[in-house]
Amino acid sequence: MPAVLARVVTFAIDGIDPRPVWVEVDIRPGLPAFRIVGLADAAVREARERVHAAILNSKFEFPARRITANLAPAHLRKVGPGFDAALAVGLLAASGQCSAGALDRWAVFGELSLSGALRPCRGVLAAAEGARRAGVAGLVVPRERASEAALVEDVAVAAVDDLRGVAALLDGGEAPPPPPQAPAPAAAALASDAPDLADVRGHELPLRALEIAAAGGHNLLLEGPPGSGKTMLARRLPGLLPPLTREEAIEVTRIHSVAGIGHRAGLASERPFRAPHHTVSPAGLVGGGRPPAPGEASLAHHGVLFLDELSEFSRPTLEALRQPIEDGEIVIVRGQQALRFPSRFMLVAATNPCPCGYAGSDRLCRCGEQELSRHRRRLSGPLLDRIDLLVTVARPEAAVLGDPPLTTSAAVRERVLAARERQQTRLAGTQLHTNAQLDARLLRRHVQIGADVRRTLAQAYDRGGLSARGHDRVLRVARTLADLAGRDRVKLEDVLQALALRTRDAAGAEDAAAA
Amino acid sequence: MSACDACLRRSWLIARLAGHIEIAWSARRGHASLLTLADADLIAALGGAQRDALAEEHERFAPASLRRRCAERGVTALCCCDAGYPAPLTDLGDAPAVLYVHGDPARLQEALGADRVAIVGARRASAYGLEQARALGRGLTAAGLTVVSGMALGVDAAAHVGALEVDGRTVAVLACGPDVAYPASKRRLHARIAASGAVVGELPPGTLPRRWCFPARNRIIAALAQVTVVVEAGERSGSLITAGQAADLGREVAAVPGLVTAPLAAGTNALIADGAQLVRGARDVLELLFGAAALQLLPAEKDNRAEGLEPDLRALLARVAGGCDTVAALAGGANAVDAALAGLAQLELRGLVRRGAGGRYTVTA
Repeated sequence: MPAVLARVVTFAIDGIDPRPVWVEVDIRPGLPAFRIVGLADAAVREARERVHAAILNSKFEFPARRITANLAPAHLRKVGPGFDAALAVGLLAASGQCSAGALDRWAVFGELSLSGALRPCRGVLAAAEGARRAGVAGLVVPRERASEAALVEDVAVAAVDDLRGVAALLDGGEAPPPPPQAPAPAAAALASDAPDLADVRGHELPLRALEIAAAGGHNLLLEGPPGSGKTMLARRLPGLLPPLTREEAIEVTRIHSVAGIGHRAGLASERPFRAPHHTVSPAGLVGGGRPPAPGEASLAHHGVLFLDELSEFSRPTLEALRQPIEDGEIVIVRGQQALRFPSRFMLVAATNPCPCGYAGSDRLCRCGEQELSRHRRRLSGPLLDRIDLLVTVARPEAAVLGDPPLTTSAAVRERVLAARERQQTRLAGTQLHTNAQLDARLLRRHVQIGADVRRTLAQAYDRGGLSARGHDRVLRVARTLADLAGRDRVKLEDVLQALALRTRDAAGAEDAAAA
Repeated sequence: MSACDACLRRSWLIARLAGHIEIAWSARRGHASLLTLADADLIAALGGAQRDALAEEHERFAPASLRRRCAERGVTALCCCDAGYPAPLTDLGDAPAVLYVHGDPARLQEALGADRVAIVGARRASAYGLEQARALGRGLTAAGLTVVSGMALGVDAAAHVGALEVDGRTVAVLACGPDVAYPASKRRLHARIAASGAVVGELPPGTLPRRWCFPARNRIIAALAQVTVVVEAGERSGSLITAGQAADLGREVAAVPGLVTAPLAAGTNALIADGAQLVRGARDVLELLFGAAALQLLPAEKDNRAEGLEPDLRALLARVAGGCDTVAALAGGANAVDAALAGLAQLELRGLVRRGAGGRYTVTA
């Protein structure tokens, strides 16, 4: 009697990366038993019950013998219910209830319901990429996630409904027709019902700031009293950004798929907008846990990460954001392995002007000087260094609520696209895409300024309101303003506007007044 | 210059009874007249069961130890029997027996020899209030006057800072021992005032403030100054106590007006309605003190910063001064946002406006 009766290829998802796993099933005479070995977690061990019921409910026979299933390689920790289908198929093949011959051509990925149906599960896109890398010709997946798997080229995708369907396929039946290709993201985005700037009344200054932020990829801080519309404005930023390219969309979908966020057409069509609550833990924000899962910063990859009530986030949480903001990815080291989660996002933060929220508004602020300075201290620090734009959001006057909209997302996006194109041309041949990524050296190369601008900046510097980092931030924004105006040269008016929109430095004028 | 034993004993007693006074003050039991009582009556009124023990302690008090403490902390004690004791304080019915001076007493003498203006106001002041207090401190000391205030957060500190900006004379009156920097966040300001002017208080060095000490301190401020200017005060502000005490002493009371809708201007506007002098700047205070002669006192500092401004910037500045203080209000339409931003940045660079909380711009005074 051969030692190994059947072998099925499936995939474990490690972070967002697929790792091939071979499910070996051995059936031999003995007391009836079903054991799973190979560093499996609770959800995998529970697979026994699901596989048992699913096989019986699919009108197959569950062999009353000694069954051992091994998940190889044994050193890899296996997590989650994605191995159910592979275990069941291996058992059927080992007991001769379906053909084992096709198992070197098809990998199997999916969770089983007790009825024998294949349930959608997380990480199908990653599994399909794993199939391509492992050189497997095809992948059997639950029908609901088939369009996601079909994003990967060179891998045949079989969308099946249940265990019977898998058996029929392996027995030489017709593969079900491949699912339709997801439409190109650009087309999908145009049809979207995403929030639009046409719904906004008033807010001239924040609208302009959103446009600048979108055009140059600048991180943005919105400051204003409660209920002034900060969240509403931030939600509209993804709609101003260029549509996702196919590569970007696949990257987004891969992360979202692992996190269990499905997209209607299989492929992400809109830039993500993530708004974690301020009680989020560092691991929840940048990823982590056991097994390591992507955090909000990765779920916002190629989109917008919105942090409302910035001053309420814990310091460790905000500190954790430094790496993704600097590097565009998060590296989580666990044991001997380092997992990489891409997280290149635009940061929009919102804050009240003071703890009570009403400083500078029409209502009386109840904060003392100490509370104010504590609030300012909480808002300072390394994160603020990475925010190029500060804009105040005030509650619009009642009178403007009946006015026609100032602009639409489509109109702004057109200008943003033109400005981005200018940046692409200028930065061709580098890894960079936007003005926000320019460092001091590149700023000197790409921002030519005249004597008048130099004089103005020196004046701002001497007045104590502008630090060296602030100087760079102003130049980055000025570069974007010139790009929006379609100019190669940065003019004085660009720098002046950038100065008015700059974030406050620690040594602001107010602190000087408090002495 | 030194203090006599009786006066030192008196100030020791007040510090010793500070807790008892606090209780009486909280219960509003005739606290206003407490400090006018003689030592024995004070002990009898407040001592309760500890009366006899306190009387004995009072008897045993050794002035030498207090003198030593003063010397250690660099504090000079001036008692009301001393020639160096500030004469204006004698107008008070409950004048402090000893005025403790942190800093050089000669400088206090010099500062009090000049004309004196008290600038008091809200701790939680607005950007406008801070700006006005600072400008008054600057303008009045530049004209040779002395600015007296309480070194509290907000308006008080801003007035001192304004005076120090032009190396003017300024005196801080504290509710605690003059060597104690209270509030602690103002310790740098405390050191600067002690170095260039004087910090004074009626409590012995090292004494920490209690709540009743603040209104008590206010009577010293009111008495020291010829004019008390209130910059921003809510309806029930402590600054109004100072103003009332100044009026009771026959000193001038003046106030800086604010918007009738602003809660922080309710107190000051009410003072003006009741006949206090309206103050638009240092010049109004000088006129109140010296009449027409004030014009000569003012340094030839004409506000020429706005000169040489382009016409559109000048118009923008006028609109900010007129209360149009946010970019949205100044732009008045989506297309003008860029121009408004650039214009405000230029005004800010020239030090003509300042960006405050809520993105509101204030014209610097």
